[in-house]
Amino acid sequence: MLHATANRLDAESVQTFDLAARGLRALNETLHALKGQPTNQTVWEIVNTKGAHAIAVGLDAPLDVTVRGTTGYYCGGMNKQATIRIDGSAGPGVAENMMSGTVIVEGDASQYAGATGRGGLLVIKGNASSRCGISMKGIDIVVHGSIGHMSAFMAQSGNLVVLGDAGDSLGDSLYEARLFVRGSVKSLGADCVEKEMRPEHHALLEDLLRRGLAEGKADPSQFRRYGSARRLYTFHVDNASSY
Amino acid sequence: MTEFLRTPPKQSATFSNDQNAEIRRAAATGIYDIRGGGSKRKLPHFDDLLFLGASISRYPLEGYREKCATDVWLGTRHAKQPIHLDIPVTIAGMSFGSLSGPAKEALGRGASEAGTSTTTGDGGMTEEERGHSRTLVYQVLPSRYGMNPDDLRRADAIEVVVGQGAKPGGGGMLLGQKISDRVAEMRNLPKGIDQRSACRHPDWTGPDDLEIKILEIREITDWQKPIYVKVGGARPYYDTALAVKAGADVVVVDGMQGGTAATQDVFIEHVGQPTLACIPQAVKALQDLGLHREVQLIVSGGIRSGADVAKALALGADAVAIGTAALVALGDNDPSLEAEYRRLGTTAGAYDDWHEGRDPAGITTQDPELFGRFDPVLGGRRLKNYLRVMTLEAQTIARACGKSHLHNLEPEDLCALTIEAAAMAGVPLAGTSWIPGRGAAPY
Repeated sequence: MLHATANRLDAESVQTFDLAARGLRALNETLHALKGQPTNQTVWEIVNTKGAHAIAVGLDAPLDVTVRGTTGYYCGGMNKQATIRIDGSAGPGVAENMMSGTVIVEGDASQYAGATGRGGLLVIKGNASSRCGISMKGIDIVVHGSIGHMSAFMAQSGNLVVLGDAGDSLGDSLYEARLFVRGSVKSLGADCVEKEMRPEHHALLEDLLRRGLAEGKADPSQFRRYGSARRLYTFHVDNASSY
Repeated sequence: MTEFLRTPPKQSATFSNDQNAEIRRAAATGIYDIRGGGSKRKLPHFDDLLFLGASISRYPLEGYREKCATDVWLGTRHAKQPIHLDIPVTIAGMSFGSLSGPAKEALGRGASEAGTSTTTGDGGMTEEERGHSRTLVYQVLPSRYGMNPDDLRRADAIEVVVGQGAKPGGGGMLLGQKISDRVAEMRNLPKGIDQRSACRHPDWTGPDDLEIKILEIREITDWQKPIYVKVGGARPYYDTALAVKAGADVVVVDGMQGGTAATQDVFIEHVGQPTLACIPQAVKALQDLGLHREVQLIVSGGIRSGADVAKALALGADAVAIGTAALVALGDNDPSLEAEYRRLGTTAGAYDDWHEGRDPAGITTQDPELFGRFDPVLGGRRLKNYLRVMTLEAQTIARACGKSHLHNLEPEDLCALTIEAAAMAGVPLAGTSWIPGRGAAPY
């Protein structure tokens, strides 16, 4: 469930955490301590982030966290339940291995965005760099801009939606993840092929665009779908040149 | 007399019968040989080292009366909750998927009864092994199958796997025969496919990234858990140093005799270094950093007996890990199953087609009929017995060298039987003071 974070940041309810003053360890311990606790401290704002790594990782509570500024590696890593909005750009591995919840990046995202994610929703309003959605395992990723090379490499399940273009080798060695790209694809990776957009895919994409805050920005009919040809699922010597 | 007129048939050492058979097999099938286990070739190993024992210049401890401690702390550098094990022999990472559920349970039972740890593998954490393992190490692998923060937190330690001795630079492999419904669900893969894991981690590259990855894991677990970094025996000096620089509490170095569930034979036999060659390099890296014993070193790859344990510790390891030996203790390759091994075209002791999932011992299989034969309680008891024997053997040697703790063993207690082993282990050739590559000592 996506919260309208910005509207909820009224002065009374927001807990402001100064990362530069209190440090990373205190931040994550404080947020972890809210797991399973009856609390009204559910809305958080983290300030003075200064590109720090591992901000708000391993959360496991229905918190609403806004990170003011740009982050380093792994912001929102292994998130469960929480909604984390990065009010800037995200470094490598944003929302890596996310289990549930939502991570929203207002700016761009670096490499490995949403890597190995198993659930939840990652929204990147700018562009994402290479290997976006690498080894994704059930996460939904919506990128409003374009994505770099080797994205969705070995992606196992989940959905990757790209409103812009995709770089080289999209979906290399893909398993069962679904890839939807509105713009151009520079090249497809090994065993990745274009597939038919059937009505169920239009419905799915419509929902993903809505949840991915891209409703009105794009129409499902503008997208092409890519998936696995499944030729590499079982080793065969005649496919050796693809490996 | 005609036999004297002909040169007798002479087999080529280069094109041996074994080599030619492999050429014919490759030509017929078009696929490289895949198998389990570690290197089978003759390598310089612990058998090439001897303990000197005590006499006049050193005095021994009484065998049954004077204490020789065996415990080990792991993860004392950064973790709030380091691990304390009764014995320095741990169980190496082996996946559920490569091994059956009952086999994983048996490993947990045996290790726990013997006072040591067991380790997950490339398939996530199962309830069998968590439930039966007093101390469980949870691996973070490139595939990240089943990876989740709850298992990170309910593990006792976390091991970031960069590589393994059987295939440094290679990823996991589990062929379709073993991707059962349960394995497929845990790994989020289609049932029955040939699974080939990535060889590099998906979200970091190089030692600087690894440092940040370790930071993230520490933050997720609130700095509670020891973090190991496991490397294959590629460049042990540099890999150990870089793992330490990245923040590891424990470095695990796995030599080329270390096993795998499945990979190419050419990989197993031709990439990586023997365990014996890896230990002194890893120890040197820790010593050069001033962190020997503060960052613990676990060595694996071909550990079979208490003598091997004692030798690894004497060379500077803090603990060892066993994989193949633990499977043998459970019943793998047991001669009592010879008739069934014959039907698989092999023989007891040589069976290594673990990837095919037809293991008659019920250990390296996902076939319910086969793993149903395996009794995890009995298997656990056998493993416990074996671990205790290894510990007693190591204590026997340590006392004979006058040591009141296994960690007091040192290179000075050793000599080598071969020049190669002397050079690799950095101990003198027996009967000399010569350590090849270092010149003679002044005595």
